[in-house]
Amino acid sequence: MNDLTPSREERTANLKGLGCARKRVEDARFTQGKGNYVDDIKLPGMLFGDFVRSPYAHARVISINAEAALALPGVIAVLTAKDLEPLGLHWMPTLAGDRQMVLADGKVLFQGQEVAFVVAENRYVAADAIELIEVEYEELPVVTDPFKALEDGATVLREDIADKLEGAHGPRRHPNHIFRWEAGDEAATEAVLAEAEVVAEETVYYHRTHPCPLETCGCVASMDKINGKLTVWGTFQAPHVVRTVASLLSGIAEHNIRVVSPDIGGGFGNKVGVYPGYVCAIVASIVTARPVKWIEDRMDNLMATAFARDYWMKGRIAATKDGRITGLWCHTTADHGAFDACADPTKFPAGFFHICTGSYDIPVAWVGVDGVYTNKAPGGVAYRCSFRVTEAAYFIERMIEVLAMKLGMDSAELRAKNFIRKEQFPYTSALGWEYDSGDYHTAWDKALKAVDYEGLRREQAERLEAFRRGETRTLMGIGLTFFTEIVGAGPVKNCDILGMGMFDSCEIRIHPTGSAIARLGTISQGQGHATTFAQILASEIGIPADDITVEEGDTDTAPYGLGTYGSRSTPVAGAATALAGRKIRAKAQMIAAWLLEVHDDDVEWDIDRFAVKGAPERFKTMKEIAFAAYNQAIPGLEPGLEAVSYYDPPNMTYPFGAYVCVMDIDVDTGTADIRQFYALDDCGTRINPMVIEGQVHGGLTEALAIAMGQEIAYDEMGNVKTGTLMDFFLPTAWETPNYVTDWTETPSPHHPIGAKGVGESPNVGGVPAFSNAVHDAFRAFGLTQTHMPHDHWRIWQTANRLGLHG
Amino acid sequence: MIPPAFDYHRPADLPAAVALLSEHGEDARLIAGGHSLIPMMKLRMTAFGHLIDLQGVAALRGIEVGATVRIGAMTTQHEILTHAGLAEAAPILAEAARQIADPQVRYMGTLGGNVANGDPGNDMPGLMQCLDATYHLAGPDGERTVAARAFYEAAYVTARAEDEILTAVSFARPAGGGAYEKQKRKIGDYATAAAAVQIAMEGGRVTAASVAMTNLSDVPVWSEAAGAALVGSACDEEAVAAAVAAMLADIDPASDNRGPVEFKRHVAGVILRRAIARAADRAEGGQA
Amino acid sequence: MSKMHLKLTVNGQAVETLAEPRELLIHVLRERLDITGPHIGCETSHCGACTVDMDGKSVKACTVFAAQAQGAEITTVEGLAGPDGMHVLQQMFREHHGLQCGYCTPGMITRAWRLLQETPRPTEEEVRHGMAGNLCRCTGYQNIVKAILAASDAMAAQKEAAE
Repeated sequence: MNDLTPSREERTANLKGLGCARKRVEDARFTQGKGNYVDDIKLPGMLFGDFVRSPYAHARVISINAEAALALPGVIAVLTAKDLEPLGLHWMPTLAGDRQMVLADGKVLFQGQEVAFVVAENRYVAADAIELIEVEYEELPVVTDPFKALEDGATVLREDIADKLEGAHGPRRHPNHIFRWEAGDEAATEAVLAEAEVVAEETVYYHRTHPCPLETCGCVASMDKINGKLTVWGTFQAPHVVRTVASLLSGIAEHNIRVVSPDIGGGFGNKVGVYPGYVCAIVASIVTARPVKWIEDRMDNLMATAFARDYWMKGRIAATKDGRITGLWCHTTADHGAFDACADPTKFPAGFFHICTGSYDIPVAWVGVDGVYTNKAPGGVAYRCSFRVTEAAYFIERMIEVLAMKLGMDSAELRAKNFIRKEQFPYTSALGWEYDSGDYHTAWDKALKAVDYEGLRREQAERLEAFRRGETRTLMGIGLTFFTEIVGAGPVKNCDILGMGMFDSCEIRIHPTGSAIARLGTISQGQGHATTFAQILASEIGIPADDITVEEGDTDTAPYGLGTYGSRSTPVAGAATALAGRKIRAKAQMIAAWLLEVHDDDVEWDIDRFAVKGAPERFKTMKEIAFAAYNQAIPGLEPGLEAVSYYDPPNMTYPFGAYVCVMDIDVDTGTADIRQFYALDDCGTRINPMVIEGQVHGGLTEALAIAMGQEIAYDEMGNVKTGTLMDFFLPTAWETPNYVTDWTETPSPHHPIGAKGVGESPNVGGVPAFSNAVHDAFRAFGLTQTHMPHDHWRIWQTANRLGLHG
Repeated sequence: MIPPAFDYHRPADLPAAVALLSEHGEDARLIAGGHSLIPMMKLRMTAFGHLIDLQGVAALRGIEVGATVRIGAMTTQHEILTHAGLAEAAPILAEAARQIADPQVRYMGTLGGNVANGDPGNDMPGLMQCLDATYHLAGPDGERTVAARAFYEAAYVTARAEDEILTAVSFARPAGGGAYEKQKRKIGDYATAAAAVQIAMEGGRVTAASVAMTNLSDVPVWSEAAGAALVGSACDEEAVAAAVAAMLADIDPASDNRGPVEFKRHVAGVILRRAIARAADRAEGGQA
Repeated sequence: MSKMHLKLTVNGQAVETLAEPRELLIHVLRERLDITGPHIGCETSHCGACTVDMDGKSVKACTVFAAQAQGAEITTVEGLAGPDGMHVLQQMFREHHGLQCGYCTPGMITRAWRLLQETPRPTEEEVRHGMAGNLCRCTGYQNIVKAILAASDAMAAQKEAAE
């Protein structure tokens, strides 16, 4: 050892492993316009396909006349349900055990539904051809209200299953009823409510919205008739599942299908499921023997692809008069649209909604969810929701506020009084989840101190007095939330997508000169996996992250995985990565021992090398070991240095956070100025603080949009009122505030590196924080609940109804 | 997303443009900045055989600032925003232009396009009515002028004949102080309610006042009565309240995604009050 | 539908192609000239993902006809790097994590490039207002603003060093 030997700190820093704010490897291509997204793909002879879509929300399709379209030069084909029927593809199975039309089969059930697929030489001809197709419709009564949908005599929407009394999730009590799902103990909960000192009751609506990634959905399908191979590039958050489904639907053997997810411009759950566009493009490619591209417009995306939320949640919460919660009851009416295409694990038709006891130690609870069909687009599970966790968190965080008002208590204090205590972890909730770890009180105290909570309340009280004196027309709102969410789906024994267990995978190969390639079963849509998963590996195997290539998304080369959504990549694939790394290290240990001529147990791991115990000057670096793996004949060891791990997580992970939002609301204009937003997140072990902060900023901005103006709204005829970016609210840099991010670190005890995942937390916790701030501004005037979105006119209406306009 | 096809023309001067318009009649459209027309075409809400691009007609450009301000129809919002002479002579223009759409749209969107197509959501028509501007039209029979206050008949229906081209907008250099106040859901949105106010004051009394409201009817609304309510007053609460009441009698907002009628009426009043306050403040401060 | 002979300068190079007059400039760039940096995110001229620099103006290429662009000088994100490497804006977007999925990034950087020419030393407020024509779903804008302000600082320092 001498002055030239790097110190242990330097060697660790050189790895850019766990905890390093490593700059992203993806940025070189994205900042220079060299990304490779689906619409960038051009193949020789490629055609373009697009849809004729229904203007009506509910109608019979009497006839489709494509004669004029087919006569237009450059039009190759027009597909309708009749063309897909012989292939059995006019309908397809959904992720939720239902079936949905690929093309209108006798009727349409939502505005924007796909009716016919035009295939043409380019998108200009396709657009002209679409205008020439004549469709005769006979309008039918429209059902947009999920409560009215369940009334006696309501128009039957799903005539195809009208006589089926059993759905995929149990009995159906009405032709427009999809399922009833329950968790918890109903009798015990009713008993607690009946004898409670205080019961607060409220209906909390989480409105319908949409993930709206900046890149819309699309694909290029290319059937190579000569080699019998189908290749599909597309906006797929789960490429392997798409391959398996494509094989089952088309009859093409899975080894002859290659699915590739290239760069994806945002997913947020919008790109999990299989859409009619993918099916039609594949069929068109097979039929025409040419590649076919389908890229939807923004209106198509908003009107027809997977929406998010639309949960009517009725809650009853029981407590002692000094604020100890004794029971929680929730019934939800879930508006699923015309087909149940919810992207949930199959055994969970309401996702993980039963995390709705939240961060609180509630001894008794019951939740029931009724899914309902309406004349709206299918979907429901999307938009950083972790499978309905956004709905659950919003529900409990509103009920806490409503209960606090009823008790006359500060809701910060009410929360602290009821948090699951640190000693109680692992904690099994009344609705059946085993929370892995948490230290809620520490996080809460840190958050309240950071924002000077007491100071904010004093300021709020002063403002209220000034308002009452007529000196100001603005009210101050403080929005609190302490969320616990559940991610990392999930254990194969109860989590599967269409039968595929929700494990994930990592395969690593070390090259002779000491760099490496790792392939995962996940797929980044902006989360930076190529940067962060290399960091996990660097810390495990002592090779610098800069020397590790991480690849995802090509099903011909990547090990099977269930994809990226529900913040599952770090908990599941991240664990597989760490474990595969440990397999590499285990073999490396044997190679090192052989090179150093000692027993396997006589060497120990030190950051980037194995050294002889007691003689640290005798060591072999991973670089030397890698070369030896290819260069030496080692008795008992195969040449090469590679490993694969398929990880079946023992449990989900439970990130949590404390958010505080301060808002000033002008009661006359309904405008809300977000003055301050503090977000403390605990995602366990923090892999890359820079990436975590970016995820929080982005998720909070989605939450801001959702809470303060964004919605997918329908009129009574089922017309979409917010189908373009004119009316579908996406904030610009001007409307978006600066956020202050903070953290605590409570590792997950069951995860190999203690990491929990963070992508969805800011949307889960952000919406209640913004919404609670609005409610809090009007608390003094008796407001208990006003539904989102809190856009200008609704805030104004709240003020108006409270008599604040004099 | 894909607009329908058309034949394209780029006339080199005004007579050529007028001739093309006469030749193709109903089947032709003029394009200035294109940021109202092209979005409509992409949604296939309009189709026609001939597009006449005015970008080559030099006579439609230019800003002259004197006792009269004259702005060529093809002047972009960006040019209005960055013109030093205009900033001094009529700062209300830059204040309004800054609140239209976003930077990219402002680089292309023109004053002529904004005032000529009769879209009730556009900001410049109301402002031009506030300033009592004159629109200059050129047609096959020669040139004529129409007051902005007489130009708008209904949504997308104006006094411009199909064969006329709006060539310039002019107005007397405004006296006193002006303000353009606009509430919107986000940057890029049309107004939920907007008010253009110009006030002249002398010795603490209002000597002249002009009020126009935007996106609160199917046409811009110049409220003569609202202005009259302020004249002679000290711009005190009583006068302002009377101005607001007069304005509310003149507007006829429709309910839409921005909100119901009662909401828009309430906001219109708040916006007008704020515009009056700022305009009066600037009038007293001696800044236009 | 007869095509026109379109001649443009794109990223310093003279290019020619045939296009229908109605073809949108974004499609001419992406489909005919293989310049896929600028992207399409909507059809109503709101999102700004298609932003290019045309004759010294930030322009949404989805709202310009090929015919209108005849003879124009266009710069896209692909044209910003120099012989010595990435433009300082591109460096700062990387340095400050001003991108995640990368889809808005070409339009964002191209607009920021023009913004810093309009206003070389903008305040945060001026950056937010000046970038309001470009939507992002991933970053929440905070790091984009940071990156642009950092680029402004770096460019000012470079200028001072050169003088």
